[in-house]
Amino acid sequence: MWLWTLGYFILMAKITLVLTVVLLLAAYLVLVERKLLGRFQARIGPNRAGIFGILQPIADGIKLLVKEDVVLDGAERGIFQLAPVIVASMALLTFAIIPFGKPIIIGGHEIPMVISDINVGLLYAFALTSLSVYGVALGGWASNSKYALLGGIRGAAQMISYELALGLSIVPVVMMAGSFSLVEIVNAQAKWPFIIVQPLAFIIFFISALAESKRIPFDMPEAEAELGAGYHIEYSGMRFGLFFLGEYVQMQVLGALIAVFFLGGWRGPFLPGPIWLLIKIIGFSIIMVWIRATLPRFRYDQLMTLGWKILIPAALINIVITGVFIVAF
Amino acid sequence: MTIYSIIFYIIAALMIISTGMAVTRENMVHAVLYLVVSFLGSALLFFLLGAPLLGILQVIIYAGAIMVLFLFIVMMIRIEPPERRASPVRHYVAVGVICGIYFGAVVLLMLVSEPAAREPMASAIASPADFGHYLFSRHWLAIEMISLLLLVALIGALHLGLSGMRRRTNKGDAS
Repeated sequence: MWLWTLGYFILMAKITLVLTVVLLLAAYLVLVERKLLGRFQARIGPNRAGIFGILQPIADGIKLLVKEDVVLDGAERGIFQLAPVIVASMALLTFAIIPFGKPIIIGGHEIPMVISDINVGLLYAFALTSLSVYGVALGGWASNSKYALLGGIRGAAQMISYELALGLSIVPVVMMAGSFSLVEIVNAQAKWPFIIVQPLAFIIFFISALAESKRIPFDMPEAEAELGAGYHIEYSGMRFGLFFLGEYVQMQVLGALIAVFFLGGWRGPFLPGPIWLLIKIIGFSIIMVWIRATLPRFRYDQLMTLGWKILIPAALINIVITGVFIVAF
Repeated sequence: MTIYSIIFYIIAALMIISTGMAVTRENMVHAVLYLVVSFLGSALLFFLLGAPLLGILQVIIYAGAIMVLFLFIVMMIRIEPPERRASPVRHYVAVGVICGIYFGAVVLLMLVSEPAAREPMASAIASPADFGHYLFSRHWLAIEMISLLLLVALIGALHLGLSGMRRRTNKGDAS
């Protein structure tokens, strides 16, 4: 019984650690993004709160928490309040399966450095991605506003379309690792990371994951110039904050999944595992900020053409080629 | 009563309630959402029975893909509240009684004819790899046939859509 209790406390400790790091990083990614965007556009960026604007996320957090939580008269109250919760929680839940280090052995017991190593981990990540569509679609619908509805419809269509490419692009990785478990996929990359043998899968996954996260150049659902802010235009206070949080956690999810599938997860020379994973996550987040500062927005038909006519066939061909190589060698 | 059976009954009650809500809601979006909750409940039941693969597939395919498409369509229709019919309750009662008698008879027959039916179902754990091997070594022909069928349906839908578009462009040329 005491062993069970101990296991429970270790699990809680791991959850606390992961959530703290993820939420803190999400807050500071906002600052990093604003600072970098400022530099890319020959501005300085936020620098009033603390040195280099280091206290800016805290100021933003306080502002969001104390603002009024407006629910419109015409809105569907319950669903309107539920939608941001879905977006934020689905993004956070993905971190339950990301392995962040080598198992530690204390007193003969092995403690895995992952919250939960389920044998269908990869499918779990996709299930959460597909459920987060509800947050976007319902947020847009329940606001009872035409801009929000258009944003929600665009968001749902875009996420459904790119989910296919996302899922198909990762099949070769599963074929090579021989498992859906993220721990096993990382272990299969002990010799070399999969990006070397699967560059095409990496490119397809990266592009479609960028589309899933609805960031520029795929930010049709939010397109400021035509829809105001899309599906979250009617939200205020912390409910808007949850959408915002969801987006920045989604950036980290994307970085972490790319690290696990293609860059060997927490594996790397010299430094300990969790540090390597963090470096890879932050590196990809910075690349995404760079892309945001560089590229203009896609047109809607270009978005669909890219997803259905280029990425999905390329992913299918990649699966066939990988299969031939696995059978041949 | 183990903790598993308690969880089972909680989930089962949740599923029955949400399915009941789904069929009685007048607002279509609410109905779709209750149905999603019901699907998530059945995914949890699969997890409880030791089949995480089926549970996850249930979430991805039903809750994550099919119901999203339902929601997508329903969201775009302006839904007028349907007119109340004169006395629908009578029809409901008749159908309910018939279904109830049928269900009760099946359960009774099962309990009488098969003693094993009284035992609780044993949980069976199947890894995704075992499941895949079983499916593609024993039932490969059925799977190939189903996928061909889906392909035919896909091409058919494309053909119908394209012919509609062609007709419209022809009309445009004529005018």
